[in-house]
Amino acid sequence: MSDLREEELRACVIAGLLDGVGQVAVGMASPVPATGALLARERSGGAMRVSILGNAAASPWTNGGAELFDYAGRGGIDAFFLSGGQIDGAGNINLVGVGDYPEARARWSGSFGSAYLYFVVPRIILFRWEHSRRTLVETVDFISAPGSSEPGVYRPGGPVALVTNLCRFDFLREAGRFRLASVHPGHTVEEVRDLTGFGFDCPEVVPETPVPDAETLTLLRGPVAERVGEIYPVFAREVFGQAV
Amino acid sequence: MTRILGSVAALEGELSSGASVILNKGEAPDTPMALIREIVARGLRDLHVVTLPACAAPVSGMAVDLLVGAGRVATIETSGVSLGELGAAPRFTAAVKAGAIRVIDGTCPAIYAAVQAGGKSQPFATLRGIIGSDLLAHRDDWAVIDNPFEPGDRVVALKAINPDFALLHAPFADRHGNLWIGRNRDQLYVAHAARRVLATVEEVRDIDLYDDPALIAGTLPNLYVDALAVAPGGARAVPGQEDIAAVRAYRDAAGTEDGFAAWLDAQGLVSRSAAE
Repeated sequence: MSDLREEELRACVIAGLLDGVGQVAVGMASPVPATGALLARERSGGAMRVSILGNAAASPWTNGGAELFDYAGRGGIDAFFLSGGQIDGAGNINLVGVGDYPEARARWSGSFGSAYLYFVVPRIILFRWEHSRRTLVETVDFISAPGSSEPGVYRPGGPVALVTNLCRFDFLREAGRFRLASVHPGHTVEEVRDLTGFGFDCPEVVPETPVPDAETLTLLRGPVAERVGEIYPVFAREVFGQAV
Repeated sequence: MTRILGSVAALEGELSSGASVILNKGEAPDTPMALIREIVARGLRDLHVVTLPACAAPVSGMAVDLLVGAGRVATIETSGVSLGELGAAPRFTAAVKAGAIRVIDGTCPAIYAAVQAGGKSQPFATLRGIIGSDLLAHRDDWAVIDNPFEPGDRVVALKAINPDFALLHAPFADRHGNLWIGRNRDQLYVAHAARRVLATVEEVRDIDLYDDPALIAGTLPNLYVDALAVAPGGARAVPGQEDIAAVRAYRDAAGTEDGFAAWLDAQGLVSRSAAE
């Protein structure tokens, strides 16, 4: 399995978080989540529905870009993916920038749909492919969307997990903090501790993230890669060697 | 009702400095790049750009980036600006960091709701979510209110958005200036909310869209469309070039102000500006 690419492992972790989910939506600039969702759909035998923003052919919507949000608001989207330039230990995400707003030291693209979807989609999977103390921070500089809400705020949705290039955390909604769930092959709990800026719960024994079996890899590099190539041609060419 | 103008330059002439303009997210090839290039090449200032809800696809993000880099923009009201898969929008990022433009940060469904309220000529829309986000603290046009029908249930009221102009590119118009937009209903929303619509189209067809029940379902009536100009390939990032390659080349050039100026010069956009 030495030829397993990191992106493939991450997509498999994401697919594992989607088992049994009915309707998945994937947002902007999310090629690995899209890959994971399409893999989960393949494994569901077509029972799972996946829609991908930014790609008309991979979206059922006929009422414009608002429809995804309207549909999520009525509980139609079971799982969605969010990231952030910063993510903190309470699950707050920052997609705006670093420093005192608005005079940012770093300015990112913006909050997109996070300040709504984080509230209404039951299974939000966070992802960040740079696991470091500058990305996983104690407290974000700007809250695009909060990890949890005070009582009285409509909040059926929220984070369930955070997948990084080193590990998977699960989010403990009642405690409002993360717990280390597995560490990817080639990495250690100590490394995760060193590179994480927030405190998190850690069981005595942390399992290694399982690598995909041959059957999963065949799906991933076959039909899934082909679909990903239609949506994220640059990414697919790099990871799967697909022609654009 | 729709005036069919002889050139994209004439379409640009309908705009004025200080106007608010709304752009779609640009997932279909619907970003009016030929018109954007015309704006870049000429002398408009202080535009207030609204994006429905983001300009974060390669071409739409480049459109906003070009306007910002060329100094045409005072304010951007958006839920996100980027070059999509090609990364950050370089002149936008630099301008925000330098304090050269004001960003009114929003979130996608809030912009949709406010634009749709504008289209219905209502003062505001309401939305769940958002409460607890720092976005709220920076918006004097958003307010947390009680649901009047269920006291204690807090929702966010969003002031309606009614831009001066919607700028869009559509596949074709019929001979009466009705625009066929297909399933791209975001173009309906911007047209309903904006005071005026300026459009470019690939072509004008000598048909009446109302004769075909399948086509009319995807049509923006000419009631809303003030003026259009024919611009074949008018949604391309750069005329005659493949979009991803063109946006990548733009991104690589526009990382610095000098590189951006050189790119404009190579495109023939600076010299025309100087000549006017």
